[in-house]
Order: sequence, then C-alpha cells, then structure tokens
Amino acid sequence: MSVEVITIIMVLFTFALYTGIGWWSRVKDTSSFYVAGQNVPTVANGAAIAADWMSAASFISMAGLVAFLGYDGTIYLMGWTGGYVLLALLLAPYLRKFGKFTVPDFIGDRFYSNSARTVAAIATIFISITYISGQMRGVGIVFSRYLQVDIIVGVLIGMAIVGFFALLGGMKGITWTQATQYFVIIIAFLIPAIAISLQLTGNPIPQLALTSSDIVERLSTIQVDLGMTEYMAPFTNLSLLNVFMIALALMAGTAGLPHVIVRFYTVKNVRAARWSAVWAIIFIALLYLTAPAVGAFAKYNLINTIADQPLEEVQDIEWVSKWETTGLLQFDDLNGDGIVNFAEGSPDNEVVIDKDIMVLSTPEVANLAPFIIALVATGGLAAALSTASGLLITMSSAVSHDIYYRIFNKEASEQQRLRVGRLSLLVALLIAAYVGINPPGFAGEVVALAFGLGAASLFPVILLGIFDKRMNKEGAIAGILSGLIFTLVTISLILSRTIFGTEEAIIDSFFGINAQGVGVVGMVINFIVSFIVSRNTPEPPIEIQQLIENVRAPEMDNSHFEAAATKESE
Amino acid sequence: MGEPERVQTLNEKQNWYWKKNIKFISGLLVIWFLVGLGGGVLFAAPLNEVPFFGVTLSFWIGHQGAILVFILLILSYAIRMDKLDREYFEKKHEN
Repeated sequence: MSVEVITIIMVLFTFALYTGIGWWSRVKDTSSFYVAGQNVPTVANGAAIAADWMSAASFISMAGLVAFLGYDGTIYLMGWTGGYVLLALLLAPYLRKFGKFTVPDFIGDRFYSNSARTVAAIATIFISITYISGQMRGVGIVFSRYLQVDIIVGVLIGMAIVGFFALLGGMKGITWTQATQYFVIIIAFLIPAIAISLQLTGNPIPQLALTSSDIVERLSTIQVDLGMTEYMAPFTNLSLLNVFMIALALMAGTAGLPHVIVRFYTVKNVRAARWSAVWAIIFIALLYLTAPAVGAFAKYNLINTIADQPLEEVQDIEWVSKWETTGLLQFDDLNGDGIVNFAEGSPDNEVVIDKDIMVLSTPEVANLAPFIIALVATGGLAAALSTASGLLITMSSAVSHDIYYRIFNKEASEQQRLRVGRLSLLVALLIAAYVGINPPGFAGEVVALAFGLGAASLFPVILLGIFDKRMNKEGAIAGILSGLIFTLVTISLILSRTIFGTEEAIIDSFFGINAQGVGVVGMVINFIVSFIVSRNTPEPPIEIQQLIENVRAPEMDNSHFEAAATKESE
Repeated sequence: MGEPERVQTLNEKQNWYWKKNIKFISGLLVIWFLVGLGGGVLFAAPLNEVPFFGVTLSFWIGHQGAILVFILLILSYAIRMDKLDREYFEKKHEN
C-alpha cells in the first residue's frame, strides 16, 4: 500500500472516531455548550487543555523553527511553556472561582463596564480568527502533500468535520474529542522521534538522547563548516534583548489566550482547576521536551542527505521531489556546479526550505516505514483540528454570550442564546474556511500581532483584576487602550512592508526590539497607565470589592464545600 | 489625595489564607524568572562555557531544563495549596 492510501485510511478512521465522540457527548443546554457542564474529570480536562494548547504551530512548526534557530529556538520552547506557568499560578484558579462563562465575562463584570466587555470580546474574536488561520494553513499543508488533493478541498473537509461536532456537541463534545486527539497527537509525535533517535544515537528515548549523545555537538560543527550559525551557541540568530523580549511576549501572550483560559471553567472546583493544570503541563511537556530533539536530529539528517550532494541525485529522492511539487522546498543552483550548497543565512545558499515541512518530512528523510509517515500526517491534522474547534467555540461565545446576550438582549431565552451561539459558530466556520483557502500573505506577522496584542491587552487586565483590588473601570480601559494602540502602531510600523506595502520598513525596530517582542513594551505601558489612572479616579463600587474578596477567599467557605469537607474529616 | 478605607470582608483567617497564597506564588515566580529568563537568556553566555553531558548547560536549560522546572513549579503549587486548604480547615474549626 502506498503512503497516500495508508494516510487516507488513518485520517478517515480518526475522523470517524472524533465524530462518534462528538455525537455521543452532544448537549442541549447553554451551560454545557460553553463549558461542558463542569463535570469533566481532571485528567481528561488536562489532556483536552493540552490538545487545545498544542496547535499546528506546536506539532508541525515548532521543531522546524528550533532546527533553524538553534539555541535561540528557546523562545518558542520556553516562551510557550513558561506562559503556561503564569496561567496556572496567576489566572486559572481565580477565574474558576469567579465562575463565569468567558474571559470577556470576567472583564465586563470585574470592571462593571460594557465598554470593557466589548473591548475584551473584540480582542477575543481577533485573536481567535488569527489562530484559526494558522491552523488552516497546517491542514492545507498536510492535505496537499499526503492526500494529493487541492488545498481548497482539504480545508473544506477539515471545516466540515470541525463544524459538525462543534455545532452538535458544544464545549462538552469538544472536550472529549480533544482528549482523544491529545493521544493521537502525542503518539504521532513520539513514534517517529523514537525511531529517528534509535537510528542516530542508539538511544530509544529522544528526550535523553538530545543531551547524552554527541549529535548536537556534531551538528554545531557541521553547520559552522557549511557556513551556517553554530547550533548550540546562544544569540547567533537573535540578539539577547530580542530573545528575552520575545520569550516574555510569548509567555504573557499565551497566558492571555481566551480559548485556553475558558478550559479551566470546565472543571468542578478550584482544586480541580489546579490539578487540571498539572496534568496539562505534563502532557504538554511530553511533546515540548521531544521537540528540541526532533529539531536537532531532523536538521542533522537533512544536512547529511542533501548538503554537498549532486543536485540531480538529491532531486531524484522521492520525498524531495514530492515536497518540491508543493513549492515548500526549492533548489537553485546559483554557482552552476551541480552540487547542493546548503548554507542557510549565507548568500551562497541554494536551498529554500519552508520550516513547516521539517516535522512532516522527518520520517521520510530517515527512511521510516510508510505507516509512520501516515501517522505523522494524522497527528498534524489532530493538532490543527483540536485547536481550531476550541477557538471556534470561544469565538462564538464571545459573540452570542458576551455581545448578544450581555449587551443587546438581556432577556434572551436559553433557546435563543443557543441558536445565536450556533449561528455565530457557523459564521466563524465560514470565515475560517475563507481564511484557510485564501491565507493572508503575511500570516507570520499576523500571529506575532496576536501574541503581542494578547500580552499588551488581556493578560495585564485579568491579572490586575484579580490582584489589585483598587483597580477600577477607568484604569482598566485606559490601560487596555494604551497597550493595544501602542503595540498595534509599533508592529504596523516595523512590518510596514507587508502590511502597507511600503518600500522600506518605516522603523527597523523599537530600540532594538523586533515586532515579535514589542508586545512586552505594550504590556508595561498598560500596567503603568492603568496604575496611574486608577489611583486618580474613584475606587470601584463596594459590591465589586466584595466580589474580588470572594475570589480570594478559600473555596472551602462555599457552603456545599464545607459540608463535604466536614463529612470527610469525620 | 487621601486614601479612603477599603471594604474588607475577608475575616482574619481568610486573610491569612490569601497572604500565604500570595507569598507562595511569589516564591515560585522568582524561581520561574531565575531559571527561565535568567539561566536560559540573561546568563546564557557564561553558562554556555559549562558543559552538561553532550551539550552546554545553558543550551540544556533553554531547550529542556526550564520546561522540567516549570512542571515542578505547577506541581508544587497544586500540592502546597491542597495542604493550605487543609490547614485553613483546621484553623477554622479550632474554636
């Protein structure tokens, strides 16, 4: 059987599985539609958080980015996991205690303001659309390469599956589907990693083989010989300032991701939220500790396969020719010597490789069995679809709950809200399909923008809402607006070539900080402005201060909890 | 501008619980910063001279070590807060 046939069988099997689970856990009331009726077990919720969190970027792109950034790839490894620490310690338990449906709900209630609610809902919708466009690119790449179908067809199939069980099951259906998808994702990531690790180092545990073998050291030497940067040395691709700022921006941006925060509403109580976070970080780390090994091993294999080899022989390799037809891998024999000169970053480089194909091509480069290649494709789809469905629910609840119900129609019945929820999910689905078929020319920049805006807007406001009792409506709104506007303007100026089509960038960087890291400056501005404004305007009303006190009080003081604890201690 | 008195509805024991919580989170975040942004970024150059098995210490922290520490931070938070919940329960039922 060919790789393509095995891939189709595995993809169909997993899609049937996800759909079956979505059907089995379908819901009829609003509360379960948004937050799964708060009866999902901790481990399942942890796996669902992990699948939700690990998008096509984590599965398909990250190891490839690390392979080409070397040491500096730590911005993604540490940035995304470090942000999770902020989320688990500073936000999740309190938002669970607050006990509402959505992030805009918290911001609107805490700052007793529909303007704040609207701003938060718009930020949520924007961040979600940006993310979905990234997932759709992942789906498009996988389908175009492995199913040999047109990208448009591939995206439409993917959207139909996501839409089917998201509409049917709401959050509860998604939670169970995502928990299943986590296991598909992790198996698909680990098996090729183990195989390639055995092949290169003789050690079956890739996470350990990264440090115990000499592959990284050899890779460093080879790269320097070829004219690339030294793999193991810090700050060869990005300056120290940029590594620091980008890591911090990704951390704060990730902690403020509304579709991940909402996950913590789906557990029973605060204690379960804390333990869901523990399970999720363990599940996430399993992939994140493997990714740097995959990155280094894949790069090593790739260099050995194509660097300094005759171009004709390289182009005869099956995986090379298949990726060449997708346009994601290109050769250009600049000096006409018929030999592949692979020197990323130097002017003599003759190989243009899209970093997104590193993970997907790894099993082929290492000559692994066809079923492993099919497995990786299935895993990449699971990662993209699980994140896309979480984002769709988040986006539709921002529209139907935060904007429609809380602002326009406070008398809306449960039926009406559910209908608007499903309608907006459908609209979101269509927008996502459109973005997937016609991806904006500047996808990478848009993602940087989403993280930067998250770091500069949602994260500081939620944090201050919990930890600063004196923070009021005026301070929060002034803070969000100044952080948002600063970040938006600065990123647009730095990326003016792709955004406005100017000849040259209007500014190169903000005092040495590039577009990906500038959200941190926006975040600091947000903190300072909201502090100054709040201290010079009236303090929040008494009932809001009581609300915050209540979020801080031990969960045990809730009456039903007290009864359970008394019974337990007897 | 005079600072008016704030509403205070938490009783003494609840306040004790919240202060303990804050103190513990602060400690964990200091470790988070020192290991991740310290060891992986700010002190990366000197730590790059320190060998660690087949790689350098800063490379390992940046690519794997920090993530392991992050797991421990979240795990110890969950364990410590369970203990704090129990201590609070006992304190509350003392008198």
